[in-house]
Amino acid sequence: MVEIARLHRELVARVLQGNGKAAPELRRAAFDNACLSEPIRTLIEKVANHAGRVTDEDVAAVRAAGLSEDQIFEIVICAAVGQASRDYTGALAVLAGATDEKLQP
Amino acid sequence: MRLEILDHGHRMHAKAIMALIRLFSGHAVVDAVKLAFYRPDFYGGGPLTHEAMRGESDWSIGDRELMAAYVSKANECPFCVSAHSATSSAWYGDETKVAGTLTDLDTAPIGEPLRATLRMLGKLTQQNSVDADDIRALLDASVSPQQIKDALAVALAFNITDRLANAFGFTVASPGAMNAGARHLLKRGYR
Repeated sequence: MVEIARLHRELVARVLQGNGKAAPELRRAAFDNACLSEPIRTLIEKVANHAGRVTDEDVAAVRAAGLSEDQIFEIVICAAVGQASRDYTGALAVLAGATDEKLQP
Repeated sequence: MRLEILDHGHRMHAKAIMALIRLFSGHAVVDAVKLAFYRPDFYGGGPLTHEAMRGESDWSIGDRELMAAYVSKANECPFCVSAHSATSSAWYGDETKVAGTLTDLDTAPIGEPLRATLRMLGKLTQQNSVDADDIRALLDASVSPQQIKDALAVALAFNITDRLANAFGFTVASPGAMNAGARHLLKRGYR
C-alpha cells in the first residue's frame, strides 16, 4: 500500500480546496466539525460522531436553510473525511510512538 | 437516498455506464455505485479504497474485506456490513467464518493476529482513538507494524464510506444485487 499516504493527502486537498459549490470556509468547518451554526451543526455533528442517526429531517433542515443538494453533498463528505482522517492520523502517531519509528508524512 | 442528485443527478456519461451495469448484471445499480459515479472529481474515494483493499499487503483480500465488514458493524452501517460480508465470504469460500466473526470476535474461527487487529479497529472506530497498549497488544500477537498500518488504511477508507452510506441513506439491495456487487469487487476492485 505504498500509495496510501499520497491518495489520502490528495483526497483531503480535493474536498477542502477543489472545485466545489460550498465555500471553502464552510467545507473546512465541516471537516473540523467546529464553528458551525444550526441547522448545519447538527447534521455535521451526526455525520462525524454517529452517522447512523442522521434523519431525513436533518437534511431537510439544512436544505431549508438555503444550501443546495450539491453543497450538502460536499459538506457531508468533508465531515466524513475529516473525522476518519483524525482517527487515522492519531492511530498512526500512536503506532509510531510504540515502534519508535519515524512517522511518515 | 436523501439527496435526489445521488439518484438522478448524474452526467450523461455516468448514466450510460450505470445503464450498462443494469443491463449486464441484471440487477439495479446499488447506492454505493451511484455515489461513486456522482462528481468523482470532488470525492473520488475509489483509488484510496482500492489501494487499501487491493494494494500490496500481508493481509489477504478476504482478511481486509472482513476488516471492512467489522468496521462497518462498529459504525452500524447495514449496507457496508452486507456488501463486505458477502465479499469476504466469497473470497474465503466460507460464510460461517465471516458471520461468526461479526457475531462474537472472541470465539470466531480466525487466527490471533487478525482477531487482535479487528479488536483494535473496532475500538478505534467506536472511540475515535487507540492508545499505546492497544498497539502493543498487536505487536505481541505477532502483527507487524506494516500490517497495523495496512489495517488502519482499511479503517480509514471505511470510516469514510460508512459515514457517507449512513448519512446519504443507502438502501441495502436484494441479496442477488449485493452478491453481484461482491463478485464485481473481487474481480475488479474499487476503481
